[in-house]
Amino acid sequence: MTLDLSLLPDGGLHWLTASGEHAGIVLSSRIRLARNLAGYAFPPRAREGERLRVLHQLREAAGRVRSLRDAAFVRVDECTPQERLLLHERHLVSRELAGLDQPAGTAPGGGAVFVTGEAGVMVNEEDHLRLQVFRSGFDVTGALRDAAQLDRELGAEVPYAWHQEFGFLTACPTNTGTGMRASVLIHLPGLVLTQEIGKVLQGLQHMGLTYRGLYGEGSDVLGNFFQISNQTTLGRGEEELADQLVRVVRRVIEREEEARRVLLRDAGYIIEDKLWRAYGTLRHARTLPADEAMNLLSGVRLAAGLNLFSGLSVYTLNKLLIFSQSAHLAQAAGRVLTEGEANLARAKYVRTVLASEAQLSG
Amino acid sequence: MVCDQCKERDAVVHLTQIVENAVSQVHLCEQCAAARGIETTVAEPKHPLGDFLQAVQQQAAQLPGDAARCAYCGTSLRDFRASGRLGCAHCYGAFEQSLRELLRRVHGSTRHEGWRYASADPEAVTREQTLHTLREQLQQAVADEAFELAASLRDQIRGLE
Repeated sequence: MTLDLSLLPDGGLHWLTASGEHAGIVLSSRIRLARNLAGYAFPPRAREGERLRVLHQLREAAGRVRSLRDAAFVRVDECTPQERLLLHERHLVSRELAGLDQPAGTAPGGGAVFVTGEAGVMVNEEDHLRLQVFRSGFDVTGALRDAAQLDRELGAEVPYAWHQEFGFLTACPTNTGTGMRASVLIHLPGLVLTQEIGKVLQGLQHMGLTYRGLYGEGSDVLGNFFQISNQTTLGRGEEELADQLVRVVRRVIEREEEARRVLLRDAGYIIEDKLWRAYGTLRHARTLPADEAMNLLSGVRLAAGLNLFSGLSVYTLNKLLIFSQSAHLAQAAGRVLTEGEANLARAKYVRTVLASEAQLSG
Repeated sequence: MVCDQCKERDAVVHLTQIVENAVSQVHLCEQCAAARGIETTVAEPKHPLGDFLQAVQQQAAQLPGDAARCAYCGTSLRDFRASGRLGCAHCYGAFEQSLRELLRRVHGSTRHEGWRYASADPEAVTREQTLHTLREQLQQAVADEAFELAASLRDQIRGLE
């Protein structure tokens, strides 16, 4: 099977459009709901045949679900390792479902994903179903509204595993209850540079929130991108959990903006020099390792936020972030790339995109 | 560099503060920093599963039910302890006592307060509700040592499952 992502609605990347509130700082908002089908063992325990029956039942039901009628359907377990990495880089498939940590690059059997413009449904991940809704910018409430709709429609077609007291039942008890993880992907270079970030992250934990890196659980914090989400899923309603996240993130955004103002005022030329150097490297380097590219892009994103550059859109910066990653470069090249080749291809891609944007003036 | 506060020990914490839009640097020794409630490292995100599994372990040490298995999928409490994953929806019933304690530790509650599920299959919901009631009665019967009643309740539960 050849995976053609251009067939997916918006390439599954609608959330990159930078259309939402605070899109410069908050890249995207996401709601994830974990659900299981009654009558089957959870995927980690289920035999392959059982996982395939779950997949079959869901595929049939999806045709009757309005939100999923036009969704593209991808059998992740039939994709090559390269294609699975590509889906993961687009945030369409988790590390676990992509089988990235498995020996010999095998993916769990019966793994699949439905993708629509802003929503996706992972099948046979840790739970039978992981419903996801993405929104561009800071729009947790909008994402929650759409996720609730998708959940209602799908839940009317397949019976969920449900308990009167515990709520929605999940393989891992840390998700039991609402099964909901509400999160924002947020860029906090100002707080990192002013060394305020430690206090902010500690504060999150007191507010029932937690943080991870760009690619969720187990991923490193790269390029000052953080994923902030609710920690607990039981004992409070979905709206209440989402409201708490929104309230705290609003405060984090204020602190980030404050830190940026202070940096510019008290260390203006140092910051300006640093950011222009980052731009210069991206604009002219001939080889770019992934981590370096991520950090430099973080700098340029900050510069755009501080209005040091004009003519560089947040959309372009978002696009660079995803399309400069290894599997995307390999897809563009039409073949598997070695690390060295990927570094060359990355530098070339970034140079081309930046050159095509309007001439910057500083 | 000496500590700004005690002026005795070496400063090891260098803090950049923003107060009313002005940046200031404070240099403190470990003791004075601690006295001000400043942690010297960024705390790792606290993963609830660690505490959680530890709690299962403690629970299992007290209960002889370590080898207890879910009748539906065969997962034992020991398997759960090793993987952190339950095998199926019925495990919630099979390990209810342990889980209740653990859910409270992880989430601070055992009661779902969110959306209620209106099932695709109303019969299944009724069945689940009946099962829930029967399981509660069974627990009570065991606690009361009413073993005949317990046996009959257990048979009813098995029938419905």
